[in-house]
Amino acid sequence: MSKSSTTYWNTNLKYLGVLLLIWFSVSFGCGILFAETLNKFQIGGFPLGFWFAHQGAIYSFVLLIFVYVYLMNKLDKKFDVDEI
Amino acid sequence: MSAQTWTYLLVGVTFFIYIVIAILSRAGSTKEFYVAGGGINPIANGMATAADWMSAASFLSMAGLIAFMGYSGGQYLMGWTGGYVLLALLLAPYLRKFGKFTVPDFIGERYYSKNARLVALICALFVSFTYVVGQMKGVGVAFARFLNVPFDTGVLIGIGIVFFYAVLGGMKGITYTQVAQFCVLLFAFTVPAIFISLQMTGNPIPQVGFGSKGTDGVYLLEKLNQISVDLGFDAYTSINKGNLVNMFFITAALMFGTAGLPHVIVRFFTVPRVKDARISAGWALLFIAIVYTTAPAVAVFARTNLINTLSETPYSDVPEWFTNWENTGLLTFEDKNNDGKIQYVAEANLNELTVDRDIIVLANPEIANLPPWVIGLVVAGGLAAALSTAAGLLLVISTSISHDLLKNYLRPNISEKGELYAARVAIAVAVVAAGLAGMNPPGFVAQVVALAFGLAASSFFPAIILGIFDKRMNREGAISGMIIGIVFTTSYILYFKPQLGGSGLPEDFWWGISPEGIGTLGMFINFIVAISVSRFTASPPKEVQELTERIRTPRGSETPDATLH
Repeated sequence: MSKSSTTYWNTNLKYLGVLLLIWFSVSFGCGILFAETLNKFQIGGFPLGFWFAHQGAIYSFVLLIFVYVYLMNKLDKKFDVDEI
Repeated sequence: MSAQTWTYLLVGVTFFIYIVIAILSRAGSTKEFYVAGGGINPIANGMATAADWMSAASFLSMAGLIAFMGYSGGQYLMGWTGGYVLLALLLAPYLRKFGKFTVPDFIGERYYSKNARLVALICALFVSFTYVVGQMKGVGVAFARFLNVPFDTGVLIGIGIVFFYAVLGGMKGITYTQVAQFCVLLFAFTVPAIFISLQMTGNPIPQVGFGSKGTDGVYLLEKLNQISVDLGFDAYTSINKGNLVNMFFITAALMFGTAGLPHVIVRFFTVPRVKDARISAGWALLFIAIVYTTAPAVAVFARTNLINTLSETPYSDVPEWFTNWENTGLLTFEDKNNDGKIQYVAEANLNELTVDRDIIVLANPEIANLPPWVIGLVVAGGLAAALSTAAGLLLVISTSISHDLLKNYLRPNISEKGELYAARVAIAVAVVAAGLAGMNPPGFVAQVVALAFGLAASSFFPAIILGIFDKRMNREGAISGMIIGIVFTTSYILYFKPQLGGSGLPEDFWWGISPEGIGTLGMFINFIVAISVSRFTASPPKEVQELTERIRTPRGSETPDATLH
C-alpha cells in the first residue's frame, strides 16, 4: 500500500471511529443506559431519555450519514481517488 | 362516499399505477434484472430502499406495539433505523465498489470459496423466505378486513400483482414501483397523524405535537402517564429498569441485522457510483425516519384516544368501529362484573377489554373520527408497504437461485439469455410458493420474522465487515465464524422459544437476554471465532488481498473489476 493510500484509509477509519462513537452515545447511551437519569430533564413535554429513545436518536442517525458523506467526498477529492 | 367505496377506489388506483410502471420498465438483461442496470438515481434508490425496508409490520403493527409498550418500544424505533448508519459507513460504499450482484457474490469471491458462497446462499434464502411469507399474510389481512374478500382471495390478488411486475421488470420494475409505493405509504401514514395531531394538540407536526400541551393545557404525555397509572399500568414514559440489558441487546440485534439483510444490501448495488451508495443510504434513512418519528406520536395519540373513548363507557354506547372490530375477533369485551361498562385496567382478572396491537394503525382514523377517505388511504398504504417489501425479498430469492446457485455453482456456462430466463422462472416460482405459504403460514413464520434479524446479524454482518476491514481475514475464519454464529443463535432461539417447541423458561435466559436479542451475542461470537481461526490458518491469496485493498477507494467503480472473473 502506498503512503498516500494508507493516510487516506487511516483518515477514513478516524472519521468512522468518531461518528460511530456518536452513533452509540445517542442511541445506546442516551436512549437506554442513561435514559433514567436524562428523564429527570424535560424538553417541552418530553422527558429527555424518552425523547432520545423515540425521536432524538433517529434524527442523529440521519445527520451522521450526511456528515459522513460530506467528509468522505472531501477526502476522496483531496487524495484524488474520487469518481467522475 | 363510504369508507368502503373510498378503499376500493384508492386501492384500485394505486394498483393500476404499479402495473403501468411495470410495463414501462421491463428488464432486458440480467444486469437490469438483478441491479436495475446499476443506473438508479440515489434519491430514487433512497425511496425504493425505504419502501423495501418498511414492511407490513412497520406500517401496520409498529405504532400499535409502541402504544402498548411505551418507552421500551424505543428498541424498535432505534433498532430499525440505526442499522442504516452502519450500512452507510461500513458496508454500502465498499460493496458498491466491489460491484457484483449479490451478497453471496461478495462472500464467495472475498473468501475464494464456493462453500462460503453456498453457506451465504442458504442463509440468504432462509432469511428472505420466512420474511416474505409474513408480507403475504399482511396482504391477506388488509384485504379481508377492508375489501370484504376472503383472506385467501386477498393473498391471491397480492400474488397476481407482484407476479406481474416482478417477473416482467426484475429489479428495474421493482425499483420504480417501490418509488411509487413509498409515496403512497408515506402519504398514508403521515396524513392521518397530522389530522389527529391538529385535533388533539393544535400542532400540525406530529413529532412536535405529542410533546405539546393538549386542548386542556396539560402536556399530552403527562396526561397519558397519569391515566395509565390510574388504571394500574406503568407510566408511559417510565423506564423499565429490569429490562434494560435485554432492550440493549434487542436494539443491537435489530441494527446489526438490518445491516446484514440481503434485500437491503442489494439495493446499494443499483446506484452508479460509490459516492451515490453513501448518499443513497442517507436518503433512505431520511425517508424512513419520517415514518419512524411519526409512529411514536401515532402511538401516544392512539393510546390516549383509546382509553378516553372506551374506559368506563357503557357497552351500549360504544362507537360503530368498536362493533366492526369486535366482529373480526381482534377486539373483545367481556363484562366480568356485569355493570354494563367497559373496565380497561392492568389487573388481568378485572380487565374486560382485549385489543390486538395490530389493529391500532388501521383503527386509529376511525377512533379519531377522521373522514372516510383517510381510512381508504391507510389501507392502500398498508398494501403498498407489504407489496414493496415482498417484491424486494422475492428478487433476492430468485437472484440467489439463478445467479448464485445456477450460474456460479451448477452451470457456469449458462448464456446471458438463459440466465435471464432462469431468473424469471425462479421469481415466478418464488412468488407462488410465498403466496401459498402465506395462505397457510406454518406456525413458526410469525415467530421467525422477528428473529430473521438475529440470524442476519450473527451470520452475514461479521463476514462482510471483516472482509472489508481485515485484510488478514481468510476463508477458514469467515466460514467457521458464520457457521458457529448462526448455529449458536438458532439453538438459543429454538431452546427458548416455546412457540418453536423450546423447553427453556424466561428465568433461565442468559443475562436476561430474550431470543429476539441473542443475535447480538451470536455476532460477537462470530467475530471472535473468525478472527482467532484466521490467525492460525494461512493468509488469503495475494489477489484477494489486492481485492480488499481495491474496494477501499472509490475510483474505478464505473467499470466492475474483471480480474477475478
